[in-house]
Amino acid sequence: MNEILSKYKDEVERILAKYPANAKRSAIMPLLYLAQRQQGYVSRRQMDDIAEIVGITGTEVASIAGFYSLYFEEPHGRYHVQICNDLPCAMHGADEFLKQVCAFLGVGVGETTPDGLFTVEAVKCLAACHRAPMFQVQEGDALNFHENQTIELFKTWVADVRQQAAAQQAAQKVGAQ
Amino acid sequence: MSQQEYVLLRHRTIPNLNQLEVYRENGGFEAFRKAVTSMTRADVVNEVKNSGLRGRGGAGFPTGTKWSFLPDTLWPHYVACNADESEPGTFKDREIMESNPFQFLEGVMLCSYAVGATEAYIYLRGEFWPIAQELDKRIDQLHAEGFLGDKLFGTDYSLRVYTHLGAGAYICGEETALLESLEGKLGQPRLRPPFPAIAGLYGKPTVINNVETLTNLPMIITHGAQWYRQWGTEKSPGTKVFSLSGCVNKPGNYELPLGTTFRELIYTYGGGILNGNKIKAILPAGASSSIITATDEALDTPMDYESVAKLNSQLGSASVIVVDDTVNMAWLAQKTVNFFKHESCGKCTPCREGTYWMNSILQRIGAGKGQPEDIDLLVDVANQIYGKNLCALGDFSTMAVTTGIKQFRADYEAAVRGDQGRSPGADRELSPASDNNNADLAGTAGRGR
Amino acid sequence: MANLVTLTIDDKTVTVPAGTLIVNAAKEIGNDIPVFCYHPKMEPVGMCRMCLVDIGRPGMDRATRQPLLNPDGTPVIQFGPKLETACTTPVSEGMVVRTNSDKVQEARKDVIEFLLTSHPLDCPICDKGGECPLQNLTMAYGPGKSRFLYDQKIHLAKHYPLGELIFLDRERCIQCGRCVRFQKEVVDDPVIAFSQRGRSLEIITTSEPGFDSYFSGNTTDICPVGALTSTDFRFAARPWELKSVASICTQCPVGCNLTIDVRREAMANGRAVVKRIMPRQNEEVNEIWICDKGRFTYHFAESGDRLKTPLIRRNGELVKATWDEALDLVAQSLRSNSANLVTLAGGSLANEDLFNLRQFTLGLKGRLIQDSPMAGGEWTARVGLGAGSNLGALGKGSTIVVVASDLQEEAPIWFLRVKQAADRGAKLVVINARETKLDRYASAALRYAYGEEQTALAAFKPGAVVAEDARAAVDAVSAAENLVIFFGSDGLGIAETRSLAATCSNLLIIAGHAGKVNSGLVGVWQKANNQGAFDMGFEPTDDLAAAISAAGVLYVAGADPAGQSSALAQAVDSAKFVIVQELFLTETARRADVVFPVQSFIEREGTFTSGERRVQRFYPAVAAMPGARPDFAITAQLAQRMNLPIQGRVASLALLQIAETIPDYAGLTYPALSVSRPQHPIIGRSDLYYGGTSYENLQGMGVQLQPQIQTGHWQPAAQPESTPAAALQTPTAQSGEVWVVPVTRLYDQGATVTPSTLLQARMAKAELRMPTDLANSLGVAAHEQVNLELDGSLFPVKIVMDDCLPAGVATLPRDVGIPLNGRRIVKIQRIAEAAASLRGG
Repeated sequence: MNEILSKYKDEVERILAKYPANAKRSAIMPLLYLAQRQQGYVSRRQMDDIAEIVGITGTEVASIAGFYSLYFEEPHGRYHVQICNDLPCAMHGADEFLKQVCAFLGVGVGETTPDGLFTVEAVKCLAACHRAPMFQVQEGDALNFHENQTIELFKTWVADVRQQAAAQQAAQKVGAQ
Repeated sequence: MSQQEYVLLRHRTIPNLNQLEVYRENGGFEAFRKAVTSMTRADVVNEVKNSGLRGRGGAGFPTGTKWSFLPDTLWPHYVACNADESEPGTFKDREIMESNPFQFLEGVMLCSYAVGATEAYIYLRGEFWPIAQELDKRIDQLHAEGFLGDKLFGTDYSLRVYTHLGAGAYICGEETALLESLEGKLGQPRLRPPFPAIAGLYGKPTVINNVETLTNLPMIITHGAQWYRQWGTEKSPGTKVFSLSGCVNKPGNYELPLGTTFRELIYTYGGGILNGNKIKAILPAGASSSIITATDEALDTPMDYESVAKLNSQLGSASVIVVDDTVNMAWLAQKTVNFFKHESCGKCTPCREGTYWMNSILQRIGAGKGQPEDIDLLVDVANQIYGKNLCALGDFSTMAVTTGIKQFRADYEAAVRGDQGRSPGADRELSPASDNNNADLAGTAGRGR
Repeated sequence: MANLVTLTIDDKTVTVPAGTLIVNAAKEIGNDIPVFCYHPKMEPVGMCRMCLVDIGRPGMDRATRQPLLNPDGTPVIQFGPKLETACTTPVSEGMVVRTNSDKVQEARKDVIEFLLTSHPLDCPICDKGGECPLQNLTMAYGPGKSRFLYDQKIHLAKHYPLGELIFLDRERCIQCGRCVRFQKEVVDDPVIAFSQRGRSLEIITTSEPGFDSYFSGNTTDICPVGALTSTDFRFAARPWELKSVASICTQCPVGCNLTIDVRREAMANGRAVVKRIMPRQNEEVNEIWICDKGRFTYHFAESGDRLKTPLIRRNGELVKATWDEALDLVAQSLRSNSANLVTLAGGSLANEDLFNLRQFTLGLKGRLIQDSPMAGGEWTARVGLGAGSNLGALGKGSTIVVVASDLQEEAPIWFLRVKQAADRGAKLVVINARETKLDRYASAALRYAYGEEQTALAAFKPGAVVAEDARAAVDAVSAAENLVIFFGSDGLGIAETRSLAATCSNLLIIAGHAGKVNSGLVGVWQKANNQGAFDMGFEPTDDLAAAISAAGVLYVAGADPAGQSSALAQAVDSAKFVIVQELFLTETARRADVVFPVQSFIEREGTFTSGERRVQRFYPAVAAMPGARPDFAITAQLAQRMNLPIQGRVASLALLQIAETIPDYAGLTYPALSVSRPQHPIIGRSDLYYGGTSYENLQGMGVQLQPQIQTGHWQPAAQPESTPAAALQTPTAQSGEVWVVPVTRLYDQGATVTPSTLLQARMAKAELRMPTDLANSLGVAAHEQVNLELDGSLFPVKIVMDDCLPAGVATLPRDVGIPLNGRRIVKIQRIAEAAASLRGG
């Protein structure tokens, strides 16, 4: 039973339609994004599903997932805070901003907050050199840039996210009852 | 060229240009209609050849000539647009695709027509996910409006354009790695020959052009090659988007004629050096640049492909990173080398092992644990990498090291002594940089929506 | 003839075919340009950068398109600013290559130094040490001293199992990608791949079981460092302690050339023991590859369960006896029962053994029977591959037909060779009842219902009405310049394979391909020397039980009928006197009156005739097991007692007898079989940069026999023999019954496989595979254990769903302890129901 195929049938077909019939392999990357959408990472099982769809081995799919840095093979925080501290950003204080963010959240680079909400990562250039410091974050379905940052702005965003998460949890509890 | 005349960043003077009606009111898709209905493919190629347009991705290769390498004996032809903008210091394609997307798409379409491609792929870096979403919507709009699809304008020409997202690999900006990635493989550069013009995507003739290059096309076809040549120099005609970043007051994109001087860009447009510091050096082509010492002579050098080469550097994608005198060049190299170490695909030994080695030397220098002989070792390792790899990434990784040590050896000696000076930005007031075109957007999230 | 190109490499001129890579052109003149990622059996990738050389090309005046000349009239040679990779650059006319300039020497030193920055330098404890390209090239070209700080070396997993067979040492890996490319390009099992990037680039597998490929062991040979090692050989010996002996694989009819590496060991009282099996280069047979079955199944020969003394039956018990006692007892019995001698021989015996059995049996007017589920060997003798055939030469213009065979399971290296021929442009027609991996490379795949293989082949007869779906296949066959047909026994029994062989032969004869080089019929037999057994006159029989029970004296060598089924066991019991020659105390041996312990193939010499009818020689690698004798000698010793003149002193003399007696083998001698020819690509020789030490073949390439249609010993009838056009009437399975067909799986549970415990997890199990619909109609569930009723016995089997199988049929592997020798209707009994009915009763 191919879960990706049964769950996202239309989307899988739409993705496959972009490429020539004998070049299904091209669909691996979009399919990995599709698989990653819900859990924030791609499981081994999903990789095998993708392999079946495009007609290659699970190992080959895992190989692609491992090469590209935007695919995650393990669960992480719901919000992946990726701060660019490459050269141009660093010249505008990105290293310092990264330190402040880590201190504020009480985690090291690469770590996740105890509530499982935030994972902080230092990443390479995100093409926002003129609006440093900045960070990129996956928020639900979307991938957003937060630019021209200060630690105060970051704190405000964190407060918002935490508030939303709490509200969601409360709603879920109500729903469960 | 006044700041009000734009070839590429027209959205800055035309509000809502990212909406189809507005783009069409401003002549949008007339160039494409004209090409498809009244010009042969050769006409389009010749017009672009005559314009002297050179690839804006970094290599500066004449665009029309590149197209003419595709053999008419092998079909189908493909167009792959390189929207994998990932070089530290480069952020021009992003603005174009966000704010002037239809002109960009029309450029893709014109290129496709010129080379006889009926399918074009736009390869965007994974972080441009929202841009890809918007482009997909716009592509759907163009289908609905009859600008894309079968038998366009009643001719036999059909065209489909697709977006394809990368997933965080700088190397995919290298054209053959991009093709590998688009084919669902590891983004590792291919052997050449065969060149993509002969055996590219799916083994078929393929032209790969950068976003900015393609965005020039609608204006060139609309107004003609001579019109385009009113800007720039004889050998480097036209305008260029300069991505200005680093220690300047007003970082941002500036569309200026090729041949504008560094001084004009940095001081007239960029508002001069941060905190009134002294300019020390320029990286004209992002993190892969050969470093230019910011002498008066250098500052007065016109930014065109030939003149920058005379400074033993390259214009590349014109991502001008300005370095002031608070920055230690060993620290700078630590940043750039760490980037290339992270982005080396691992295929070639010298790049894979050499970037790792240089990084470990620079790390220990940065940590105050370096030895004086580490400086020469660094130069040795860089020279050992240089010229021995399949693609240019390995060479790029050595630029800041070799040109930095050559011109600023004292910085390295100080760093080895444990005196790296201040960590750049550490003492800087952490206020949002004022962006030349988005000054009021401090702290905003999201883009282009 | 290809266009030739002349170039200069270090002042030596060499002329090679256009398209040759510089690295190979240099090798032709003894210039070994160092490489790591390059391998002559794979497409070049140019990634390790070890082979950088200085390349100059004749200059051209751009304006006039005329060559630039020096004042003395010689062409101006222009060298590029950068060094280029010799492994990716083809030669061109007038090219000048420098491999010894300072720049090149410097580059080699640089690349080695880079490789060593991440390398653990643990040569003293590394299995590859002594035959390691990295070690050798470091000695030759590397810097003597490392400038990389040892403490900053990267540390990674050193014992990472890629599965039970192959271990990866991530620190030693130099990311050359040979293993990944081999699995992808050569064998098309991409179950290992690169993950991550940069210095973190690493080999991964996610298959179940890990590194799930029949060819995985080859990656340990081609790995240029000690990163990939086999569970079998790692930490077992140092390469320089090993002595190499040539041999031939006994596991299937391909006849892969092997090298057996042995070492004297204290633990074995100073005797030589086998440490590993390596491929021996023979480009006409196995190139430089072997399958994992061939590599890892030698352990049976060293098994402690081997018979060591003759046994004779006394008072109903088998007891130890001296050789003379046992031989005398047999002679005595033969003298009283000789009218009814029946000799049953297996396909693993050497030609010398089979010939002596033949002479002995015919001398006593006995009957020769071959223990084989498959017949048709008379046809491969008549129209087999023409002498001098090489599957490696098939490409464009050739057509290969594979019928009723799952080639990857039955003969992996043939699978590989056929796949590669298809890669080179040969047309491949696969005609099978079920899907097999070979279908991927087929230009046409025809499917028939089990039992209707003859109907499918009828389309190829001249004048036949061809259905649309068979058109491409028929065209490929009729347009073939060379036509090779492999026929197997997938789902077939003896009578059916005999007919199949005849039909395929007629096809070859009618199309005019019979007896031609690179054309002919190949039987995908079960064992290494079934072809030899046919050639020596041993035929399988449709009713083995009747033949056995009719025997006065039953003489069994290399076969175990009693182990196959209870019916055969009963038949053995009813034979008056039973002689068995065996390695182990098999079921048949337990029932014997006399048992002779025999030597295994690693202890003696002899010859096998492969499915391509190539006679090849194997050599003794270790001292014989004390007490055991070679089969041919035992038979000769019996013959002596019966006053029959049979040669038994040495195998070479037996072969001379064969050459005199069997016309197809005329002229064969051991020296003729031992002739070696230079092999291309050059892999062995003194250089070690393609990895491994034992590829070199100095002990002979064997001799391919001429088919009888070529020698004139057989002529086709004017009218081809008629073969059954359609299947026999197919009865319908009743409720609770199912059609079951036997299929061959590579790792069967045969006596020579099970002692290799390494392969335990991958061995075929008693699994009944069937499509879901069939399981539903039988009312059985996936993974359910049921009883299969066959000839009155119950066998437990597990149900496995496989929707790739054709409707209405279940498959059962051969050699898993269930005697299914052809397509049969069998009863399925649910164990739960059986228990319930027992309780109810």
